[in-house]
Amino acid sequence: MEFFFEVLIGGLLSGVMYSLVALGFVLIYKASGVFNFAQGAMVYFAALTFAGFVDMGAPLPVAFVGAFVSMIVLGILTERVVLRPLVNQPQITLFMATIGLAFFIEGLAQIVWGASTRRIDLGITDEPIPYILDRFNMVVSTFDLIAAVIAGALVAVLAAFFQYTKIGRALRAVADDHQAALSIGIPLQHIWAIIWTVAGFVALVAGMLWGARNGAQFALTFVALKALPVLILGGFTSILGAIVGGLIIGSTEKLAEVYIGPMVGGGIENWFPYVLALFFLLVRPEGLFGEKHIDRV
Amino acid sequence: MLYRETGQFKTTYAADQQIFPIRQDRIAIGLLLAVAFLGVPLVADQYWLSAILIPFLIFALATLGLNILTGYAGQLSLGSAAFMAVGAFGAYNFILRLDMPIIPAFLLGGLCAATVGILFGLPSLRIKGFYLAVATLAAQFFVVWGLTKFGWFSNYSSSGVITAQDMEIFGFPIDSPVSKYLLTLTIVSLLALMAKNMVRSNTGRSWMAVRDMDVAAEVIGIPLMKTKLLAFAVSSFYCGVAGALAAYCYLGTVEPDYFTLDLSFKILFMVIVGGVGSILGSFFGAAFIILLPIFLNIVLHPLFGLFGIDISTAIVSNMELMIFGGLIIFFLAVEPHGLARLWQIGKEKLRIWPFPH
Repeated sequence: MEFFFEVLIGGLLSGVMYSLVALGFVLIYKASGVFNFAQGAMVYFAALTFAGFVDMGAPLPVAFVGAFVSMIVLGILTERVVLRPLVNQPQITLFMATIGLAFFIEGLAQIVWGASTRRIDLGITDEPIPYILDRFNMVVSTFDLIAAVIAGALVAVLAAFFQYTKIGRALRAVADDHQAALSIGIPLQHIWAIIWTVAGFVALVAGMLWGARNGAQFALTFVALKALPVLILGGFTSILGAIVGGLIIGSTEKLAEVYIGPMVGGGIENWFPYVLALFFLLVRPEGLFGEKHIDRV
Repeated sequence: MLYRETGQFKTTYAADQQIFPIRQDRIAIGLLLAVAFLGVPLVADQYWLSAILIPFLIFALATLGLNILTGYAGQLSLGSAAFMAVGAFGAYNFILRLDMPIIPAFLLGGLCAATVGILFGLPSLRIKGFYLAVATLAAQFFVVWGLTKFGWFSNYSSSGVITAQDMEIFGFPIDSPVSKYLLTLTIVSLLALMAKNMVRSNTGRSWMAVRDMDVAAEVIGIPLMKTKLLAFAVSSFYCGVAGALAAYCYLGTVEPDYFTLDLSFKILFMVIVGGVGSILGSFFGAAFIILLPIFLNIVLHPLFGLFGIDISTAIVSNMELMIFGGLIIFFLAVEPHGLARLWQIGKEKLRIWPFPH
């Protein structure tokens, strides 16, 4: 039983990481109806930029600000170059455009910072917490716990930002109805630039945490793909859904790997979340917290 | 002999229904086929055949498959490479275990892919858009994992590599690039003709109705389940045959990891660049995406050499990524219907030439 809980907690904590990436998707989808496939590439770009600045000798806060500034530039450019010409196109076109954007960002990141894996050291130790090890005989790493706390804080900040600030209200208005928002004088373009910047910020935090764990490497873009089943489970429009979905995906994939994996030869972690999401779609297509969509002719 | 319908009267239903209503088009396509079947094998050297023309035809076929699903039936799929893998490994096993001739084996491989396609297409009855994209991602990861993990599919070779058996048709060995090219060309042209006929008939019209609005299509009496699943089946069949051809005529040895998500994206890019919902566009798109890296390699090195910068292959391949991505955005923004649309505009211009008013 202890082993079960250890796997479960490990899974939940890695689920937090998925949630962080999924959060970026949800933010953009809520505000602009764009399913941003490039979020994974943004995470990769942010992590590489951060690690690159650190390698150039910048202290951590400076590197953080530098990476954030480059994410802002990226966000504004995306709005200008990709979204603006594609206004009023069907969602699926925008989705395919973000696939193109993902390729572009991946290429850019590797040209600027090189393709090699860069280590990120945030100064957080990745060792089991002795107290929990003694008391419950379970391995829970300090790093994972801090990552979870950061993720929680980020969600709280974002929720407050959406709920209590003027920009947040504007964002919610845009998410609700583009035209109505426009007609009461909310500048759509600014809002989109802001939302992409916020998504860039979330990508940066996710990239730093992922990078500190596994190094800032190309595989990050694949890990970020796991955010897709998370979204399906949680629903595309719900921040809470992203968190819950992430936890479910993280824990079930680890449990499946440990308990079902040996029966079929292992390695099922790679596809299990997608198949889980597939079955989930058959039962509840709008996700746990998503809005039900009704088609009218 | 101007390029227009005027003066080319149709007196029978058959004439009214032909694929190319304009005489000049018929002559052009006839010439093109003649060049492809007779001229190219005489002229092209081995590099051209096995590095450019054969992959072009194979990817054009896969693109055609995805175009049927995405362009005509409106169901986005990110799992084309997985269906190609099923086709390749299916054909391999039919030849290995049942000692089949290659053509039936390819077709049966395609049918296996169609079955898998229907299976993963089932969610499309309840979901659409990018939800479906995630469902097809499941196919992508699951199939590649299954082919790697279960040794039976690859006859227990290490890491799942299969080596294509020797091919022959009615006693003629298919071993030289020219014969492989001709085999590929024959299969691709027949399947392209089939696709063209499918999309301009009842089947294709119901696909397009479903694409434009599936609820409306259902209301006017198009059976959604049948139509969507048929699109998945036909599309996966095309991808499966393309996969089998890729294994047998192009690569020779292939492992499951060849059919990655990146390959699926590449095929999707071919669809977008060539033209969503166009048979001809599939060929344009495949040609463009196959030739672009070669072109970049030729152009970029001297270009940077001009400025005295020596660039590595890594940078070239990254620039390729950027240019691919940029092109996709460019095409979606400027010409959402791709190269096929440009071709069409050219034809319209030609049709009213020399009096544009």
